[in-house]
Amino acid sequence: MTRRHTPHRIALAVFSAGTLALGACSAGSLGSSDDEGGGGKVALSFLTDNQPETVKMAEGLAKDFTAKNPDITVNVETRPQGTEGDNIVKTRLSTGDMTDMFMYNSGSLMQALAPQKNLTPVDDFAGQLDENFKKAVGSDGKIYGVPFGNYMAGAILYNKEVYDKNGLKVPTTWDEFQANNAKLKAAGVDPVIQTYGETWTSQLFILGDYHNVEAASPGWAEQYTKNQAKYATTPAAKAGFDHLQQVHDAGYVNKDFASAKLTDGLNKLAKGQGAQYPILSAMVSQLIADNPGSENKIGLFAIPGADAAKNGLTVWAPNGLYIPTSTTGDKLAAAKKFLGFVASPDGCASMGKATTPTGPYAVTGCELPDSVPQAVKDMQTYIDKQGASSLALEFLSPVKGPALEQICVEVGSGIRKADAAAKLYDEDVKKQAQQLGLEGW
Amino acid sequence: MEARPRTSVAGPAPAAGRKRSPYPSWFYLPAAIVYAVLFLVPTVTSFYFSLTRWSIFDSQFIGFDNYVTFFREPALVSGLWHTVVYAVITSGLKVVLGLGLAVLLTSQIIGRGYLRSVVFFPVLVSTIGVGLTFTILLDPEEGLVNESLALIGIQGPGWLTDPSFALVSVALVDVWKGVGLATLIYIAGIVSIPQEYFEAARVDGATAWQNFRKIVLPLARPATFTVILLSLIGGLRSFDLIWAMTRGGPGFTSDVIASVIYKQYQAGFYGLSTAGNVVLFLLVTAIIFPLSRYLNSKEVDL
Repeated sequence: MTRRHTPHRIALAVFSAGTLALGACSAGSLGSSDDEGGGGKVALSFLTDNQPETVKMAEGLAKDFTAKNPDITVNVETRPQGTEGDNIVKTRLSTGDMTDMFMYNSGSLMQALAPQKNLTPVDDFAGQLDENFKKAVGSDGKIYGVPFGNYMAGAILYNKEVYDKNGLKVPTTWDEFQANNAKLKAAGVDPVIQTYGETWTSQLFILGDYHNVEAASPGWAEQYTKNQAKYATTPAAKAGFDHLQQVHDAGYVNKDFASAKLTDGLNKLAKGQGAQYPILSAMVSQLIADNPGSENKIGLFAIPGADAAKNGLTVWAPNGLYIPTSTTGDKLAAAKKFLGFVASPDGCASMGKATTPTGPYAVTGCELPDSVPQAVKDMQTYIDKQGASSLALEFLSPVKGPALEQICVEVGSGIRKADAAAKLYDEDVKKQAQQLGLEGW
Repeated sequence: MEARPRTSVAGPAPAAGRKRSPYPSWFYLPAAIVYAVLFLVPTVTSFYFSLTRWSIFDSQFIGFDNYVTFFREPALVSGLWHTVVYAVITSGLKVVLGLGLAVLLTSQIIGRGYLRSVVFFPVLVSTIGVGLTFTILLDPEEGLVNESLALIGIQGPGWLTDPSFALVSVALVDVWKGVGLATLIYIAGIVSIPQEYFEAARVDGATAWQNFRKIVLPLARPATFTVILLSLIGGLRSFDLIWAMTRGGPGFTSDVIASVIYKQYQAGFYGLSTAGNVVLFLLVTAIIFPLSRYLNSKEVDL
C-alpha cells in the first residue's frame, strides 16, 4: 500500500524479527546460484523476498514441482524486503544478472521495472488467470507474470463479539459507521483503532476507499493518470481524507494511536479493547497466530462510503512471478513450465499447503478450503458478488505519491486538515508522474 | 576545514622562492587518482545529474526543474527551518554542557578517570542503537521516562509523538550522545593551558570564577571553535538519529533536509534527491565556510 509495497512493508512489520534472522542469509545466497546439473537436467534459480511466509511458499512450490518434473530443480534464493529489495531487483535486471525467475509486486511497482524491456511475456497462461490480476501484471496488451500468493483487501476488521454485545450491525454507509462509533464510544470501547507507530497503517481510509471512488465516478483512475482528476477536487476521492479527520476530531480513536504499532492494534482488536481496525486483510494471519482461537471472532467489512447500494471492497492483487529476458534456451522453457505449474490448481494447492491462505486465489479453478478464517469468508462474499469489489488504485494507475503515509498521519493526528492534505497529496503524486514520464504532467 | 592553513596562527612563513620538493610529483598520482575517482568525479557528475530526471536505465535533461520542485516541496521549507533549529540546539547545548563537564572533569574530583569514560561512553554506541533505545524509553504510554514522571505525579508529554516536542526530543538525545566528544575536546583544550597562568592568578589572589572567566574561557577558545564547527556541521547534516527515532514524523514535524532528501531517493526520485544533495552541500558550505573563517580570525596564541 504505500505506493511501494504493501506486501514488503507489511512483511517488514509482521516479521521483522524473522527478517533480521533471514537477512543474514540473503547476502550470501545472492552469488550462489546456477549449480548446473548435468545430463539434460536443468537447475532454475528463483529469487523471492525473505518474508518467512513467502519463503515457505516458494520452497513448497519448488519441492512439489520437482516431484512432478524430476529433470528440473528449483533453487530458492532470498532478498531483503522494502526499498532495499526494490533496488536489488532493479539493479540485477538492468545488469542482466537476474535469477531465472523472480517474485515481485504486481501493479505500479511492476510497471516501474520497464516490463517491455526486462521481462518475458507469458501470454500462454492468460486463460488460467483472473481478470483483475491480468490488469495488474499487464502492459501494452501483454501479460508478464503469474500470481504468487493470494488477493487481500484493504478493509475494516471488526470484533464480532463487541458488535453483538452492543447490538450493532455492519455499516454500509459512512453515516451508519459514525453512528456505530458513537454507540461504541458510549459503551467504553475504542471505536476505531489507529496505529501510527507504523506509518503505513494510516493510509487505509484513503486507499481502501477506492472502490467507493470508482463507484461514484467510473473511470477515475484513468483520468487521474492523465492529470485530469485530482484528490482535492473530486469529492468522492477527498472523502477518504475527510473520514480520517472526522474520526480523529470526534475522538473515536484509541488513546495511544500516535505510538501504537500494528501488533498492538491487532491485539487490541482481538481482545475487544478496540472494535474496528482499518487494515489489510492479510494481517488476519498474524492476529490469529498471536491470539489463538480468534479465527471466527474477527469479521471484515468494506470501508463504508456515501451510497449503501454502491458500497464494495477494495482489493489488492497478489504478487507476481516473472521471467526476466536474460533467461533463455532450456532454462526459459523450464521456467515457463514452472510458471504454468504455479498458475494451476496444483500450484494453489501447493501454496495452500505451505501457509494458510488469507484471501482468494487469482487462478481459475482454485478454491479456498472451508477452514479459512471468518474475515476471509467475509471477503469472499464481496468478491463473489458482481460489482462489489474493485482493484486498489495502485493497480489501475502507476501514479502513487510516496508521502501519503506521512500526510495521513498528519490528518489522523489533527496536525493538518483534510482539504490541505488532499492538495498536498496532489502535489506529491505529481513528482511520481513526472519521474515516470507520463503524458500531461 | 581542518586542512586549511590557519593564517592567523604564527607558523612557518610562506617560503619565498618555493623550495623544490625532494620527491617527484608523480608520487602524488595514487592519491590524486583515488581522490578524483571517488570524490571529484561524483561531485561534478552530481551537479549534472541534479539537472536531469534519471533512473537506473536512463536520464533526461530538464534544466532547473528539480530545484523548482524541491523548493516547492512543503516538507522542505519546514525541513530547512527544522535543520537550523536542530543544529543550533545541539551545537549550543554541546558547547555549554561540554565546557561545564570539562571544567568539572579537569578539577580534582574523586573518580575522575571513571567519570570521564562515563561521559564519553555514549559517543561509542551506535547512533541507531541509541535511537532505538530512546524511542522505547520515550514511549508516551509505556516508556520508562513517562512512567517515572507519573510516579511523581507529572503527566509526561508524547516526547516523540507530539508535533511540538518531537524535534526537540531528538535534539536532546543527540546532545546526550554527542556531549562526550565535546567534553573530550574541551578537556584537551583546558589541559593544554600552561600552568603558569593559573600560578600567576593564584599569586594575584584570583577566585575560581575569575580563573574560569579570565583564563579558561579565552584560552580554551580554539576548543570552543572546534566544538562549534564540528557540532554545527553534524547538526546540519544530521540524519541517522532522526531517522531511527521518528522518521521525520509525526507527519513532517521533525523532518530535516537530509531526511527529506532521503525520502525522495527512497521514492525513486533520483534527480530530485541529487538536487537536494547539491542544495545541502551549498547550504552547509554557505554556513560553515564564513563561520570557520570568522572563528579562525579570532583565534589567539597561547
